[in-house]
Amino acid sequence: MSITLAELCIVACAEAFRTSREIIATGIGPIPRIGAGLAKLTHSPGLMMTDGEAFLVEQPVPLGATGDERPTPAGYLPFSRFFDSAVWSGRRHAMVTPTQIDRFGQTNLSALGGTHTRPKVQMLGARGFPGNGIYHPNSMFIPAHSPRVFVGGEVDRVSSPGYNPARRVPGGNYGGIDLRRIVTDLCVMDFGGPDHAIRVVSLHPGVIFAQVQDATGFELIDAVEGETPLPGEEQLALIERLDPRGFRARVLKDNPPAERGAS
Amino acid sequence: MPTIDKTMDAAAVVSRLRSGMTLGIGGWGPRRKPMALVREILRSDLTDLTLVSYGGPDVGMLCAAGKVKKLVFAFVSLDEIPLEPWFRKSREAGVIEVLELDEGMFQWGLKAAAFSVPFLPTRVGLGTDLLELGGLKTVTSPYDDGEVLVAIPALKLDAALIHVHRADRRGNVQALGPDTYYDEWFAKAAAECFVSCEELVDAMEASYPQDVRANLFERCFVTGVAKTPGGAHPTTMPPAYGWDMGWLKKYAAAAKDPGGWNAVAEWAVGASEADYLASVGGQEGVAALPLPVF
Repeated sequence: MSITLAELCIVACAEAFRTSREIIATGIGPIPRIGAGLAKLTHSPGLMMTDGEAFLVEQPVPLGATGDERPTPAGYLPFSRFFDSAVWSGRRHAMVTPTQIDRFGQTNLSALGGTHTRPKVQMLGARGFPGNGIYHPNSMFIPAHSPRVFVGGEVDRVSSPGYNPARRVPGGNYGGIDLRRIVTDLCVMDFGGPDHAIRVVSLHPGVIFAQVQDATGFELIDAVEGETPLPGEEQLALIERLDPRGFRARVLKDNPPAERGAS
Repeated sequence: MPTIDKTMDAAAVVSRLRSGMTLGIGGWGPRRKPMALVREILRSDLTDLTLVSYGGPDVGMLCAAGKVKKLVFAFVSLDEIPLEPWFRKSREAGVIEVLELDEGMFQWGLKAAAFSVPFLPTRVGLGTDLLELGGLKTVTSPYDDGEVLVAIPALKLDAALIHVHRADRRGNVQALGPDTYYDEWFAKAAAECFVSCEELVDAMEASYPQDVRANLFERCFVTGVAKTPGGAHPTTMPPAYGWDMGWLKKYAAAAKDPGGWNAVAEWAVGASEADYLASVGGQEGVAALPLPVF
């Protein structure tokens, strides 16, 4: 069976979580979640994660696991102590999928268009994004790279802070803002340009930079060092273990192979 | 020996509330919500409410019924149905005021109210739209660092509504699930706190002394106790029962119907709690709902 683009993205997400620290890894959605588990089981054993509810587990919970498939808990991290233990102490790295992202790394999960009193489209609300953004590292996974997500100008509502100098209150401490990677179905990006500008650092097999630029509403920096690596055999086996029911096959449209043009 | 008895029924709880009040609702999204008390509000004439909630169907239903003047929220979600459709409808019609907060800011505001201070400082909100849209102010540290911080105003509640597994007549409560969310702080932020429970016992020390660590907050924070078995339905109440996702899907789909809320309320609220419970399979049916898998 050929390696899928979803599996390549999982490895790229795992790479985003790479750390020597003991922090909570939160991957929201199948691909970031499997990526966090893969990071913990390979290069980053210090990572801590929950069972999706309130308990810390030392073996990542396979997606959809029930009963005996679920690992026994090793620790406790309920919502009721999440801010003091994880978020506000900076001991967390979250990978999320916001609805909009702009060139400053500001994201929107709140609402689209209209006004604050009457939005055109009401979404989830800011959730924990403002706190995540000011206190701990964050990455993003975008399953369909497009100018509707990577918008020109600013996002409609700024739910999480980025590197926008126009949104700085003098005397405020913005030192905790630490945006790491954006993994999409086309490429991997980081914030390593001048003033944290967004750069493309690797292209998925068969993708060219111009294609990424065309799918982005703002100018990108070409810092491509090569192709995003394909998963190795050990990684593929772990991915299968973390997702035995194949939820990863349902994330990207038509579940394409990692190497475009291959079948 | 004189004793304390705080028991009352759900209707008595609602009779203690007034239109225009600020109500805090415990739980989190579609998890351990005091839905029997919410349904009782929906059967009442109460209106013009300000809700403070980590929102789930409680918020959606009260918005749909036109009971809400203002909502203080960080999200409104049914988990597997990420966006609460009735809440969206109210927002997109522009009929409710909102104060949108971050989840951490929200609990910080409850804690400020609990501690009787006007605000608590944080960095959260800096660099986002929440400050300007919410009219949130900053404060400068009086110490050498001079840091400028966001002042989260105290979220003072006229009343808090919370659902737990067990309570006794004096107001000793036990919540058994893996997570208690921020219910403790809703109780402490409120002038009065009303607790609904699955099981009411005479004296906790006689019935469940081995589980006292599940006592979420002390009984001095409890004004009234109402027995409402199945009272979290359709939300999840671990370990007793799970959410009723079939019910929630039907409720969510109904937001697309042209008929509006009144037709939905007939089955989603019911004429009485007994009618409602019977319509969802009775206590046995609720108890058989499987716990969600995360």
